[in-house]
Amino acid sequence: MQQINPFRPGFSLGERAESLDRHPDGRWRIVTDRGHVHVAPAVFIAGGLGSFEPRKPPIEHIEQYEGKGVEYFVRNPEDFRGQRVVIAGGGDSALDWAIYLANEVRELTLVHRRTEFRGALDSVEKMQHLAQTGKIKLVTNAQVVGLKGPDRLEKISVLHDTEGAFDLETDYFLPLFGLTPKLGPIADWGLALDKGAIEVNTLDYSTNLSGVFAIGDINTYPGKLKLILCGFHEATLACQSAFNIVNPGKKLSFKYTTVTGIEGMETPAIPATS
Amino acid sequence: MSDTIQITVIDRDNQPHQLEAPTDMGLNLMELCKSYELPVQGTCGGMALCASCHVYIRSNHALPEPSDDELAMLDSAFFVQENSRLGCQIKLRDTLEGLEVQLAPESV
Repeated sequence: MQQINPFRPGFSLGERAESLDRHPDGRWRIVTDRGHVHVAPAVFIAGGLGSFEPRKPPIEHIEQYEGKGVEYFVRNPEDFRGQRVVIAGGGDSALDWAIYLANEVRELTLVHRRTEFRGALDSVEKMQHLAQTGKIKLVTNAQVVGLKGPDRLEKISVLHDTEGAFDLETDYFLPLFGLTPKLGPIADWGLALDKGAIEVNTLDYSTNLSGVFAIGDINTYPGKLKLILCGFHEATLACQSAFNIVNPGKKLSFKYTTVTGIEGMETPAIPATS
Repeated sequence: MSDTIQITVIDRDNQPHQLEAPTDMGLNLMELCKSYELPVQGTCGGMALCASCHVYIRSNHALPEPSDDELAMLDSAFFVQENSRLGCQIKLRDTLEGLEVQLAPESV
């Protein structure tokens, strides 16, 4: 923070950029998941591996039930009070939520592909105790393979390794298989992509959208190396082009800040937000 | 070339690919697949964190036991079978001459 302080940037932390489109005045507009709007002449995407998204099990039609009984996160445990809930998974998040919700919900079923659980030993023991006392219905060596219901989720199909398939009525299905890095909303911004990375021109790391740059692990070009050293280099070159967009007609002169310091930083460089 | 082994990788369209693998570069199977431009993402860079290099071992080679990290990842991955491994955790060494693996289906 001390290092960036002379530049006095604005920060928008704990939010995810959801959309990128052209503002009527020609600049770019980014809207975050909390509804904050940022408008700027140039945008740098330095998103690393992307955002961490829930790992979705390969169950047919699962998207159609998202928000209608299928949830990948427990946002508010109150939502499940008095309901029938099926949790799938064998890691810490599946165990923790199974233990927590067991006393809140009407019926809790935990489905896991294997007999052993890899979560913390303490959680495994707690869960097993709840299973013995009937608070958790434990189904191991089984996977959820189907979702049913004309609109909202009403039943899930479970396939057991030896006992075959059966249906289970439920109000909620929570597949908790951890998180995986994905591009997330960036994939829908109209950027040219190659294998999940943003294609850039190595002249200035610009993307196919004029004024939008991509730097670091999120971009790709012939010879790309995912090294922090290269990321800094990419940012530096992108800044040269961005300068011309932000200051049209102004001549850019290259200077060493170690020799001349940083001039012109008296006015805070706060991007337009609303 | 004594520092090279032959490995067969069967892609998701069931097409076999014969790969020449150097054993003196500390490469793993995920990196080898990527260098041959096979559809293996290796998103996490080889930390056993994403399972995008999930493969099935089809030959009878004795592989080092999976680490706890790898087992934990395979536990939350999909399409997992008895012979599932993460390519990024398989170091290419001369004992793997003739190894045959198949790429597991991609998860969304």
